Amino acid sequence: MNFVGDLFLLLGALFTFLGAMGLIRMPDVYSRIQAGTKAVTLGLLSILLGVALHQPEWIPKLLIIALFVLLTNPVGSSVLARAFLRSGIKPVKGEER
Amino acid sequence: MSFSLLQMVALLLLGMAVILSVIRFLIGPTTADRIVAADTVAVIATGGIVMLTLMLESALYLDLALLFGMLSFIGVVVLAQVITAPEQDQQETS
Repeated sequence: MNFVGDLFLLLGALFTFLGAMGLIRMPDVYSRIQAGTKAVTLGLLSILLGVALHQPEWIPKLLIIALFVLLTNPVGSSVLARAFLRSGIKPVKGEER
Repeated sequence: MSFSLLQMVALLLLGMAVILSVIRFLIGPTTADRIVAADTVAVIATGGIVMLTLMLESALYLDLALLFGMLSFIGVVVLAQVITAPEQDQQETS
């Protein structure tokens, strides 16, 4: 059980790292929001699952954190993207970068 | 305080993710890139606090992670309002 929890922790950290790498490599700010929000949210949920496999008595608090992250993280990124679009930042199209 | 090898590797990956986001924060061409990088750093820090909870074996830090996530969400919403504010002023005056 501890080994499976460690595997989920490693998977979550890997997805978080890939999200941060997408933050570096993506061409414009909208795709950076996608990379920085979706992958990092998945990584955080996987880390929470790994901690829940290690310590089963913490599951209620971990569930609250997971629900909160799952609700607020996409809302935050959507609010940011709307704000960028309204303040006049154009998305990059096609091959230009 | 107990570490296994996989947990060490996971912490290393989280630290490298924070470093990459801080690089984007430093070289980001516009303010929007810096805001996105700061938001990502906050979410990664929430995950780091949860892993710290596991290693210190004290459930107190879970409340800290929840509070940190809440504050970062409020900060992101306030920053979005700040970005759109000059646009609204121009629309009102014109």
